[in-house]
Amino acid sequence: MPFQSTLGDYQTRPTLETFGFLPAMSQEEIFDQIAYVIAQGWTPGIEHVHPTNAMNHYWTMWKLPFFGAADLGQIVSELEACHRAYPDHHVRLTGYDNYTQSQGACFVVFAGRG
Amino acid sequence: MSVKTYDAGVKEYRDMYWTPDYVPLDTDLLACFKVTGQPGVPREEVAAAVAAESSTGTWSTVWSELLTDLEYYKGRAYRIEDVPGDKESFYAFVAYPIDLFEEGSVVNVLTSLVGNVFGFKALRHLRLEDIRFPIAYVKTCLGPPSGIQVERDKMSKYGRPLLGCTIKPKLGLSAKNYGRAVYECLRGGLDFTKDDENVNSQPFMRWQNRFEFVAEAVAASQAETGERKGHYLNVTAPDPEQMYERAEFAKELGQPIIMHDFLTGGFTANTGLAKWCRKNGILLHIHRAMHAVIDRHPKHGIHFRVLAKCLRLSGGDHLHTGTVVGKLEGDRGSTLGFVDLLRESFIPEDRARGIFFDQDWGSMPGVFAVASGGIHVWHMPALVTIFGDDSVLQFGGGTQGHPWGNAAGAAANRVALEACVKARNEGREIEKEAREVLSSAAKHSPELAIAMETWKEIKFEFETVDKLDVG
Repeated sequence: MPFQSTLGDYQTRPTLETFGFLPAMSQEEIFDQIAYVIAQGWTPGIEHVHPTNAMNHYWTMWKLPFFGAADLGQIVSELEACHRAYPDHHVRLTGYDNYTQSQGACFVVFAGRG
Repeated sequence: MSVKTYDAGVKEYRDMYWTPDYVPLDTDLLACFKVTGQPGVPREEVAAAVAAESSTGTWSTVWSELLTDLEYYKGRAYRIEDVPGDKESFYAFVAYPIDLFEEGSVVNVLTSLVGNVFGFKALRHLRLEDIRFPIAYVKTCLGPPSGIQVERDKMSKYGRPLLGCTIKPKLGLSAKNYGRAVYECLRGGLDFTKDDENVNSQPFMRWQNRFEFVAEAVAASQAETGERKGHYLNVTAPDPEQMYERAEFAKELGQPIIMHDFLTGGFTANTGLAKWCRKNGILLHIHRAMHAVIDRHPKHGIHFRVLAKCLRLSGGDHLHTGTVVGKLEGDRGSTLGFVDLLRESFIPEDRARGIFFDQDWGSMPGVFAVASGGIHVWHMPALVTIFGDDSVLQFGGGTQGHPWGNAAGAAANRVALEACVKARNEGREIEKEAREVLSSAAKHSPELAIAMETWKEIKFEFETVDKLDVG
């Protein structure tokens, strides 16, 4: 009888920080996260980068942060527009928190094909 | 000023140090002591004795008192309160003028406030419950070398608690095998691994060797995952010269974070190391070995909230706070109180959480609260709820005890963490829906499914966690 191990082999993979260990989000799930960002009073922003430069602190901003945005649909449209313009790039959503001068949220919505 | 004459002898402390009409100044350093006096000694006299012995007084009048203005320099007991549910003890509030203390020195503050007075014969027990550091004094201290916000920016970690793990077995691994354990944890999805506090530079693993192998593990895991990683390299050492030597080598290896034990190492060493970290752009993780010796007795010693405040002034970017839910059960309200004292800019008095004074930190950076000790994936929903995003959740056994090993254990925790954060952001009550949130995440992660199976017998704790939310 051949050797059968009950042990699994954990394969390392690039994971792109927060939410990198969850399955790709559905449109509805992305909506929920954008709603959370806006409800916290944070400003949504979009950034993109070629996968070879994913570890850089600075990714290229898509337009400017969407100050005062209240329309979830607008943010989703912008994410999709960025993805269409840069189909090979990672595209992430950030939530700028001007009180802490940090980001309250930051996660990749479209993973580029590196 | 009235002219005083010298009257040798022993006076009652309360004549000079009990001042119930005193209104504390904004610049005064205020302290609350829980006092248990010897039977028969009036409260006012005991409180005044505490104020005197922790400031300008001694047991006898001395002529040289008349060469200075003791009315300016003395500490004053200004209020006495009952301790709820305790007939033998009472709270004594003491105000100290700011000029009693050297600027930027928690060492000097503690030497006065918890010095000789704790051995005073008129007292059976004495516990320092809280200190209000005036903003004027806070501004003389350097505080955390980086703080929460800068650490997030440096490490690119946003919108969730950070994940860590103490490498086990805590003693006895060779440097290369130790680096292996680090590498496996980091490639599996942890942000940080940690030297156990007992690991300094023992014969089985000298610090240079450990630092070199760990640096390779950090670099390899970063390259493979595309995420930023770190390992808390413990630079706690027999003397400051060796401590700085180790810190310099960590910097030379390009490591983002080092670690220190602030109580066994001492506040002088800690403050110096924090200054070094600020200058060199290195993060500083703080362990708290020895704290329970000082803070566990309800009537004697120093409450941990005071040690936490002192650490924030002395400098550190992470501090262990207990977990509330793990093997070291802590009171939830009290823990939340000192977690706020570490992280927030202004914390109002709140007796329900053990906070006796308003505390204004001004612009001093905040410290990440570290929850570590006996926690596993089933605790994740409670931990995310209790500690929020500005925390480091450290699963030692809960990572390395996974049947498939460290990497799978790390992945299980990372999946559980992200599932909880995502569900919280969606507006779900994750403590109440813990089982659904985790079970649904486990469908996409065999590592999590097996972790949940492995630790399911710790169900009792899990049930307890559920109850806490209701309470």
